[in-house]
Amino acid sequence: MSTETKPDIDIDRSVGDFRYEMDYAFDAGVGLTEATIDYISDVKGDPDWVRAFRKEGYRKFLEKPMPTHWATKDLESIVFENIRYYLSQGQVPKRTWDEVPDDIKRTFERLGIPEQERKFLSGVEAQFDSEAAYSNIKAAVGEQGVIFVGSSEGLKEHPEIFKKWFGKVIPSGDNKFSALNSAVFSGGSFIYVPPGVKVKHPLQAYFRINAQNFGQFERTLIIVDEGAELTYMEGCTAPKFETATLHSAVVELVAMKGAKIQYITVQNWSSNVFNLVTKRGIAHEDAEVKWIDCNIGSRLTMKYPGVVMKGKGARGEVVSIALAGDGQHQDTGAKMIHAADNTTSNIISKSISLGTGRSTYRGMVHVPKHLKGCKNNTECDALLINSHSRTDTYPAISVRGQGNAVQHEASVSQISAEQIFYMQQRGLSEAAAMSLAVNGFVNDLVQQFPMEYSVELKRLIDLEMEGSVG
Amino acid sequence: MSISITTTSPSETGNSTNWPEWFSKDQNEAWELFQSLPQPKRTDEPWRFANLKAIDLSDFHVAVPVQDVASLITRSSALTNLAAKLIFANEVLIHNDQVGLPAGVLLLPLEEAAKNHEELFRKSFMTSNVRLGSKKFAALHRAHLRSGAFVYVPKGVVVERPIEIWHWLEGENATIFPHTLIVLGEGASATVIDHFVSSRDERSLAIAVNDLTVETNAKLHYVAVQEWSDKVTAFHINTTEVGKEGVSTALQMNLGGAYVRGESDSHLMGEGSRSVMLSINPASENREIDQRTFQDHFAPRATSDLLYHNALADSSRTIFAGLIKVEEHAHETDAYQKVRNLMLSDEAEANSMPGLEILADNVRCTHGATSGELNEDELFYMMARGIAPKQAAQLIVRGFFGTVLERLENPMLQEHLGEILDKKLSTSK
Repeated sequence: MSTETKPDIDIDRSVGDFRYEMDYAFDAGVGLTEATIDYISDVKGDPDWVRAFRKEGYRKFLEKPMPTHWATKDLESIVFENIRYYLSQGQVPKRTWDEVPDDIKRTFERLGIPEQERKFLSGVEAQFDSEAAYSNIKAAVGEQGVIFVGSSEGLKEHPEIFKKWFGKVIPSGDNKFSALNSAVFSGGSFIYVPPGVKVKHPLQAYFRINAQNFGQFERTLIIVDEGAELTYMEGCTAPKFETATLHSAVVELVAMKGAKIQYITVQNWSSNVFNLVTKRGIAHEDAEVKWIDCNIGSRLTMKYPGVVMKGKGARGEVVSIALAGDGQHQDTGAKMIHAADNTTSNIISKSISLGTGRSTYRGMVHVPKHLKGCKNNTECDALLINSHSRTDTYPAISVRGQGNAVQHEASVSQISAEQIFYMQQRGLSEAAAMSLAVNGFVNDLVQQFPMEYSVELKRLIDLEMEGSVG
Repeated sequence: MSISITTTSPSETGNSTNWPEWFSKDQNEAWELFQSLPQPKRTDEPWRFANLKAIDLSDFHVAVPVQDVASLITRSSALTNLAAKLIFANEVLIHNDQVGLPAGVLLLPLEEAAKNHEELFRKSFMTSNVRLGSKKFAALHRAHLRSGAFVYVPKGVVVERPIEIWHWLEGENATIFPHTLIVLGEGASATVIDHFVSSRDERSLAIAVNDLTVETNAKLHYVAVQEWSDKVTAFHINTTEVGKEGVSTALQMNLGGAYVRGESDSHLMGEGSRSVMLSINPASENREIDQRTFQDHFAPRATSDLLYHNALADSSRTIFAGLIKVEEHAHETDAYQKVRNLMLSDEAEANSMPGLEILADNVRCTHGATSGELNEDELFYMMARGIAPKQAAQLIVRGFFGTVLERLENPMLQEHLGEILDKKLSTSK
């Protein structure tokens, strides 16, 4: 398969466009068979129940059809036999910064995780290929009883908490890609916040793909116990490759009674990555799950963060920004399942399509029978920059019974010529003016991001816009 | 003896004697298409949320001619001041009154149009691809079609008074295939009202198709008043094509039926064309109203405006799936789409899938979908003035539909349809 037909606009992504020669200590080869799964289980020293879980996932992966009856046919370009499903630098996550190999440190420096930021953040769980290469939790967080480890470590060290929720929010058979992830997952985070603990600083993990044809299958499970609060941040940047890369993560969030989880993603994959992610949270009574999601880059992203509002008064929110550059397709959205009375959900989605880029909003809001006082608000705004840009909106809203209020609104517009003219008159270049206008379009959402992310986001938008005007 | 519609070919039904030879050939091809297309299944996106049990047509048969024609003619009374009235009973023309029709206007049974105006017929009869899900059933319609109404208004002719067309359905498990074809030439204008009615409270099937062609600067008002019995399965497949600066305003009123599938496909072909798509759906008991719409903009500066209002009582269900598509080069498009669901019962279910696909820039497109309940304050206000709760609720529902009627911008139609609606709402539980 070739991506040569896709226009290359990655000139501005040189920041992330570099590789170091790696000596992959563990490599499962290409393709996926039951033997690959045994190999992964052997190398990782999985407990028996995990091995069984993987095999079950593999079976479901084979069984499930590609969702092309509603999704893009581009999915058929994924050649599962050509993908590496497991690759690892080492098995035990490094505990201190000194133990991290110099090569990897250099990569992180290029990525721009500054020293100060590391100090500011409570802990950095940096995913380097499949395994967490560096994992450190500040003493303060650890003392509060917060567990922040890689998912492999989590399932071995804390099976009593892990097993209870693992695969429960997103069953492995949820869709073809969650099944694939269940079969071959490695890396990702496991976080447990004990009752009443409010983690002051956001926990953060940087993910990175670095090997040709290498699929990355993180598995993240976050459990925030009664009355506790957590903000988790995930950022991605990947170097360019010649052939398509598959990234298919599964993220499960559990917010117990009165808990609050905010999960923030800023994603900037290179334009040959298939990013097919399943993310879902369960919100128990009076709990709140909020997904803040920003998708830039990738060839195709399909991601619909969901919240199942299981307890009375639970709240779900998705705030999403998508920017589809030339040749890219951002197929994103949200899924809100109301399963108890007086639950409220809010979806705000803004997308920008540049060049031949296509952005799609796909949403689902479900209010079953005999519920009262459920509310949903959905707003989708799309901005089209060029005449070849494309945007689609496909919501599905089901409401049963009276006593609930659901509203959906979407609009499509473009940057007004007057705005650009006004700014150009004041000495801005056309690109700078466009960039400013686009930043203005998403500004109210960007403000919800933590400061360093909103700065990064603004920079990414500027970079994408530079190549697209004229 | 009854003739099954799903296992009997058109050449076996004896229907072909009605039609010119070339059309009989078309019917055989349509029959083959019907047989080759698969029955819709759950994973087909155009059938998402639909009750697929309702579209199993295997025990329906071809309707036989109605005996008591006179009573149906008496019952076909709505407006008095008409340009013309056609009445079909089980696809047989039983009444043809054209007193007020201006010269040059053609109002004929379809088979006559096929014989005597072949070119005109071919140009506008089921020419576009049925793409909202019911291709198979449209093929069945074409295969078994026996008659229908053909309306042609030539260039510059204005038909002031409405044309009324009645389609009666009678017989247990009987099937009819009503068809209305309307062509308005350049600058012409007309108002056409289709009435779809069951003569008795029977389980039967109707697969209706209508083709509306509105040429340059022409202006069409089209209304379908659907009053099938509560046991009827009905398909209403509509295609509208609007030329340069033309205006089509179409309203579907679904007052009856058990399962009603509506597909409205509007093609905005000419620059500055306009299509207004309206629907009024009081759903009650176990009725399922399943509507799929398409606003397809091919030309620049065209406008489309869709407003569908559903009021859901008892265990009724509604499905709305609409798509606005702005094709490349259809710049400066203005497109709107709004569906509102008023939930009147805890057992009712409303599914909305408003969609947008935009391939051009400089467009203004918005869509919205809301679901809510009766406003407590409004109810309280009326009850405080001595209006019984049930009646107060009815008034609110009537007002909710009234906002759709207002979009017709035709006072005579508004009043007439308002009366039909009042009658329907006051007789329902």
